Amino acid sequence: MRPTPRSLLRILVPVKRCVDYAVKIRVNAQQTGVETNVKHSMNPFDEIAVEEAVRLRERLKDAVKGITAVTIGPSKAQETLRTALAMGADDAVHVETPEAAIVEPLAVAKLLRAVMDKKGPYDLVILGKQAIDDDAGQTGQMLAGLLGCAQATFASKLDVDVGAGTADVTREIDGGLEQVRVKLPAIVTADLRLNEPRYASLPNIMKAKKKPLEKLKPEDLGVDITPRLQMLKVTEPPKRVGGQKVDNVDELIAKLKKAGVLPGAA
Amino acid sequence: MLRRVLPRQLRLPAASSSRRALHLTPRRRAEDRDTFDPANVERASDDVDVCIVGAGPAGLSAAIRLKQLEKERGRDVRVVVLEKGSEVGAHILSGAVIEPRALDELLPDWKTMEGHPLTQPATSSTMRWLTATGSYPMPHPPQMNNTGNYVVSLSQFTAWLGGVAEAEGVEIYPGFAGAGAVYTDDGTGVLGVVTNEVGLDRKFRMKDSFEPGMEFRAKVTLVAEGAHGSLSKVLQNKFRLRDGRDPQTYGIGVKEVWRVRPEVYEAGKTVHTMGWPLTTDMYGGSWLYHMADGMVSVGLVIGLDYPNPYVSPYKEFQRMKHHPYFKSLLEGGECLAYGARTLNEGGFQSIPKLHFPGGALIGCSAGFLNVPKIKGTHNAMKSGMLAAEAAYDALGEEVQQGQAADMSAYEEKIRQSWVWSELREVRNLRPSFAKFGFWGGLMYSGVDSLITKGRTPWTLHTTVGDAEHTKKARDCKPIDYPPPQPPLSFDILTSVSLTGTNHAEDQPVHLRLNAGVDARKQHVRENVEEYAGLLGRACPASVYEYVEQDAAPAREREGENVEEVGWGGKKLVINSQNCIHCKLCDIKVPTQDINWTVPEGGGGPKYSLT
Repeated sequence: MRPTPRSLLRILVPVKRCVDYAVKIRVNAQQTGVETNVKHSMNPFDEIAVEEAVRLRERLKDAVKGITAVTIGPSKAQETLRTALAMGADDAVHVETPEAAIVEPLAVAKLLRAVMDKKGPYDLVILGKQAIDDDAGQTGQMLAGLLGCAQATFASKLDVDVGAGTADVTREIDGGLEQVRVKLPAIVTADLRLNEPRYASLPNIMKAKKKPLEKLKPEDLGVDITPRLQMLKVTEPPKRVGGQKVDNVDELIAKLKKAGVLPGAA
Repeated sequence: MLRRVLPRQLRLPAASSSRRALHLTPRRRAEDRDTFDPANVERASDDVDVCIVGAGPAGLSAAIRLKQLEKERGRDVRVVVLEKGSEVGAHILSGAVIEPRALDELLPDWKTMEGHPLTQPATSSTMRWLTATGSYPMPHPPQMNNTGNYVVSLSQFTAWLGGVAEAEGVEIYPGFAGAGAVYTDDGTGVLGVVTNEVGLDRKFRMKDSFEPGMEFRAKVTLVAEGAHGSLSKVLQNKFRLRDGRDPQTYGIGVKEVWRVRPEVYEAGKTVHTMGWPLTTDMYGGSWLYHMADGMVSVGLVIGLDYPNPYVSPYKEFQRMKHHPYFKSLLEGGECLAYGARTLNEGGFQSIPKLHFPGGALIGCSAGFLNVPKIKGTHNAMKSGMLAAEAAYDALGEEVQQGQAADMSAYEEKIRQSWVWSELREVRNLRPSFAKFGFWGGLMYSGVDSLITKGRTPWTLHTTVGDAEHTKKARDCKPIDYPPPQPPLSFDILTSVSLTGTNHAEDQPVHLRLNAGVDARKQHVRENVEEYAGLLGRACPASVYEYVEQDAAPAREREGENVEEVGWGGKKLVINSQNCIHCKLCDIKVPTQDINWTVPEGGGGPKYSLT
């Protein structure tokens, strides 16, 4: 990315339309995926990302030039962008893909890079750490790799110093919390405890209808979104079988031996 | 055009933006939050011509008709529809077999429209009498003949209708409930609707995410919330719309959608049953409709005037599925969806006054369901269309600022329409069961539906509501329901998870008892002592539980926390997150002290197949 004048921050927030978190998932009849004729919403981690971008603007005020929301998906994904606009994004980009197309994280990252080249430059990209439908958790990292820029993933706290061109991020890692400082431009992926997203209020939803929304196609951006992976089969997990109660330790050991968990004859 | 609206008596200087500042302060501890004061709140406000509460068949038909009139007659009309579900269709369910009569009038070309869900015509209609082990064919009233009708998912039908409305330029806002009305200065008329507040915690204090409800000032307000709507209830009380009418009575419908084995699937087949598992002190029956795509809709309706407090509609439905007639169909299949909702059974005699200054009730909010047909969608749609015509005319008249529009023309139109004559013809069928008992009602209905067709000089009346029919538990026999046997029958929490229902956690409980410690004690005492904890058995989403109170230390804190208050060692727990918005509790609780109010919009079930 070309370095931007340090005084103004441009933020890009990619969001994804997924099956709503409260809906009970079912495998579709063809066993190629899940039933998608159900309620969809914005990926909850992406909601947190949008919220963080809006809060950054509230804290840094004029130092933030604008917040752009972008989504890659079928025509209905536009609703997700409207929600992002209602939460406080200034404008939106919809990269429209065919209804049945599977867009893998690598394709998403390539498309995001192309959008950033076309509409950028952007100093900060904030997106959810993973999507709740595929749980891939790869897009942010791949994007940073493609751009050759810094990444700070699983963020639970984000502070940006616009003058210095750096961001301080607290990351949630297995051992606890890690604090890193990254140079902008950077990719930040949002973890659960980063913030609690606001409601999109009705006045804002109505205002959002007037905000600019640009439509693009993968061909316009010169990106091939053909999947690299082939989905062989999707099935439900095996039904949980009831356990058994044993009367004493000897019986337990005998059963474990019989099941081959402990060495020795039952 | 948005403008800030301040309560009349309070004029803050323009520079004061103390309320907005809340969003910029760092997150405060819960104890430091301010309590919400409804008299002291700044609301965003917007002006519309017609505001419709509820994006169901009635509300959407009214919206579409208004836009058609706009095209026909040239005068612009801004129509806004508010819907408490997270999307259009999320909160609606029914059997359903739709009579296309109203749709043919509203959208004569609907058959050529893309994506319409009326793809499965009904091919046969039969009725059966069930005993514990057998099933026998039974004659059915002519109203139940389904020739020319379509088997649909009402949720999908409504979602499609919503798309049609939006294409016509109607503004639909899902996720926002019409929580209250805006009144004229003297309180005699309705000038619009206020949406619900969001961002209140359980103790009504304002969180960081607090947003006050928005006000829609509308010249005409149409209330289309479905059976026993919360705003309808407030308006019926305020404007005394029920004076001189029979009380509304209801049934509870519990349903599931199954994918069945291809060998047993018969597209378009519709069956109704009476008899087992219901006893003769209960009115009701089941349905079995073969929908499109190899799916079957199966359900049970029980009149809420049932006397035995030990009855559990959910469990009656679950055990019914083990009857050989249902088992042979559902075995080997997969249950895809579950849901429940109350429906109107009062019919003609229970229709309230339909209009009030500034607005009207349409659809099941008024109560146009034809009980012997068990269909109400066509009447709901027609009522919406007639209300739209009356509203459009009313908009053309000069109305003084601050005065409410006159919607009396709508009541006239309904009385002249086929809705009225259809309901009048069957007005005595359902009440005859209440009056003459099960067998008397069956015989009376046989004669009246086949021969006299309502052309009798008398009208049978209901005098009391459903809750008052409940007998004391000591006068009734407990019912021994069989345990769930998956994969055919389920436990209630598994079913609730199939509805996709959820509500944001930290918000006020939307099921409101009368305030105070004494009222709570009284509720628990009477319900547990006299009625064996009826709500715990009746609610189809396991919201209410009468459980053991915690040990003594908790009881000392009773004064602080009214939820811990109990009687005789028991307390009431309200799991409001499970609520699927069926309204049974408000109708059937023997103490009549539960008020169903709207939770934050977007919560509740996420029906898509029902």
